[in-house]
Amino acid sequence: MASSYKKNLSRFQSVIALLVLCIVLSLLTDKFFTAANGVNVLRQVAVNVCIATGMTLVVLTAGIDLSVGSVLALCGAITAGLLKNGIQFPSADLYIGFTILGAVLGSVIVGGLLGLMNGLAITKFKVPPFVATLAMLTIARGFTMLYTGGHPISNLGTNFAYIGAGSFIGIPVPVWIAAIVVLLAVFITQKTKLGRYIYAIGGNETAAILSGIRINRVKLIVYSLGAALAAIGGVIVTSRLDSAQPNAGISYELDAIAAVVIGGTSLNGGKGSVWGTVIGAVIIGVLNNGLVLLNVSPFWQQVVKGGVILLAVVIDKMGDKKE
Amino acid sequence: MAGFGIITRPLTNRSLMLEAKNISKKFSGVTALSNINLVLHPGKVNAIIGENGAGKSTLMKIFSGVYTQYEGEIIYNGKPVKFSGTRAAEAAGIAIIHQELNLVPYLTIAENVFLGREITNAIGVLDKKHMNEITKLLLARLNFSANPDIKVAEIKVGQQQLVEIAKALHCNASVIIMDEPTSAISDKEVDNLFSIIAQLKSEGKTIVYISHKFKELFSIADHYVVLRDGATVDAGDMHNTTQDRLIQKMTGRDILLQKRSANFKDAAILLSLKNVCLRHPELKSVNLLTNISFTLHKGEILGMYGLMGAGRTELMEAIFGLHPKNATGEIAVEQSVKKIKSPCHAIQAGIALVPEDRKLQGLILNQSVNTNISLTVLQKIQQWGIMLSNTKEKELTASYISRLAIKTSSGNIAAQSLSGGNQQKVVIAKWLATHPKILLLDEPTRGIDIHAKSEIYKLMKLLAAEGMGIIMVSSELPEILSVSDRVLVMCEGDLTADLPINNITEQEILKHAIYKN
Repeated sequence: MASSYKKNLSRFQSVIALLVLCIVLSLLTDKFFTAANGVNVLRQVAVNVCIATGMTLVVLTAGIDLSVGSVLALCGAITAGLLKNGIQFPSADLYIGFTILGAVLGSVIVGGLLGLMNGLAITKFKVPPFVATLAMLTIARGFTMLYTGGHPISNLGTNFAYIGAGSFIGIPVPVWIAAIVVLLAVFITQKTKLGRYIYAIGGNETAAILSGIRINRVKLIVYSLGAALAAIGGVIVTSRLDSAQPNAGISYELDAIAAVVIGGTSLNGGKGSVWGTVIGAVIIGVLNNGLVLLNVSPFWQQVVKGGVILLAVVIDKMGDKKE
Repeated sequence: MAGFGIITRPLTNRSLMLEAKNISKKFSGVTALSNINLVLHPGKVNAIIGENGAGKSTLMKIFSGVYTQYEGEIIYNGKPVKFSGTRAAEAAGIAIIHQELNLVPYLTIAENVFLGREITNAIGVLDKKHMNEITKLLLARLNFSANPDIKVAEIKVGQQQLVEIAKALHCNASVIIMDEPTSAISDKEVDNLFSIIAQLKSEGKTIVYISHKFKELFSIADHYVVLRDGATVDAGDMHNTTQDRLIQKMTGRDILLQKRSANFKDAAILLSLKNVCLRHPELKSVNLLTNISFTLHKGEILGMYGLMGAGRTELMEAIFGLHPKNATGEIAVEQSVKKIKSPCHAIQAGIALVPEDRKLQGLILNQSVNTNISLTVLQKIQQWGIMLSNTKEKELTASYISRLAIKTSSGNIAAQSLSGGNQQKVVIAKWLATHPKILLLDEPTRGIDIHAKSEIYKLMKLLAAEGMGIIMVSSELPEILSVSDRVLVMCEGDLTADLPINNITEQEILKHAIYKN
């Protein structure tokens, strides 16, 4: 009994850490424990939750995706470009316009294809995930610059702005989107064959191959999903700012990886959960928010964030050793 | 052990160089060596002979300081010694050349020879010139004229071996242990190696030579020690013994175990292989398997024996579709030729493979027993075409847990917390769940206790009685003899014998498994 109690404790240690953090911040500041601030924090973490959810799937297969920040920027720019300018073929005197839904779908598909390319490099050409997605980080950023000419694409209309800035029953739309993404990902990881295969590949790739699992197919799906979720993040960011910034999303991959790691997912794969990542992302969000409320300088904020990541992993490793 | 007078009566009058006294070694309760007593004669080539798992490597690892936890005593130059690690053994003059060479491929020959004991000048900078010169001299002693500045990855395996020997010479080793030194080199390189061994001998070095190849042993060795099941069973002068005697000592069992006696000649053919070949994935001219043809009948248990490196595992992998690019030949299941290019195809064709290493290949250790068992048949526990049903999964796995008597407090326990035997049962369960017609078992009882072994044998017989065809790869002759209906023997990638179980002996099987040049 004692050991199962300990196991449960370790499973919920990130939740406990989050609760402790919230209690401390509530005691230290008046503004933290208010509905308005809560909604604010959730809105701020929504994009990272989307990206980090995709990252969790990738990391569970013992992979990594460094390209999500750039993919976010490129897909955000494509959404804005399609909405504002459509696709023009001056030579054929042809113009294709896009509705909001069309533009969003278009950019998510582009995101998925970029992820597919990551996956192909990793499975067919045996490029290590770190290198393949590092290359994509640069490539996608380059295409973002080419597509936007280095300038923001702005004034996208009030209807589009609803996605990033609007609310539904008092809760920001990005939070709804993140919630749907999380629920879908939880369903996939816990309740489907694909989910089992993701854990199996990360847990023991050789055993997975010998069990007849088509591991290349699973990896292609996982990297495509990860990039498509980054594209959704791009849509939200673009909508909230009413502008696609060519340098959007820089270092977002690091925040996503931090959320995954703080949430207890092992970078060696096979161990972790989407729920953990959500908690990890919220911990980072609460920490950012609390440090601002406490008037801590942005420079110190970074130091503290780094310390928390390190602490989370150290605690996790200590738990492993005891088992 | 006192019966081996030869051990305590050295043939030379010089002081005994290396001696083992009552050495015992256990791995988590399993005895690997028990009361080993032997003497390595100085300035001679001492052959260590034994079946796979007899304890040869374990003993060598104790001599060379790899294993530091053991019972008993090593006497070296007349004094008891206890090495704290490989460095200590090397400093004392004992060097080991492992079967898989221990060189860093992208360092140069000289850098490898000096690895860990680099020569530096007064301010700590590497003295490359000096090291290259010394290396050149060392290589010259081995009749190997190579530039010490080229990378080890660029020279042949036989030459890499010479680098290892140079390394041993450089630390002034007086005992050089060679573990299967000829397993990966050409005949010409073998001749060269033998002349070097003769030269080292004339310099007074003691050579310990481990090999399965009797022809080599008779031409190079002066003395021999036979190990069986972790104990010394014979020792003596190589020139006063015969191959038959050594084989008899290696197996040591004249008693025939209970055999099955069914005849399957008229039973339906489940699996047939025709001229299956497998190329080495890198060295395209080397064949890992050459023209393997045989059949497996319904209800038959086929034992497959061979020494290490005979190609048994590779054959199982080729049947299971793990070498789509390098395997050729024809594989037919129930008389219809199948293209098996992946494990997926193999499963569809009704083939299952329980791999050699359950921890590295069979299980996802940190996941539950249930998850491991259902992994091969997730489509069977789906509902509404997409969602996995916990209820269906529990039904499925509970039936296998009870059928195979897997000892676990619940199906939700992580596979890693089970005992070896129960882990193996989980791997078998996961494959039985696919309802295979053909079950390939690669060393199914390695490292598990006797009780679990007998349970697995019982299960195999039951499955065979139900009509499954089983191929069991094993390195244990008694197991082969007691479980199989027919025995295939492999050696160096060839199928060397297809023997009915009636009236065959371990010696006969072993004869076919030993390399004849």
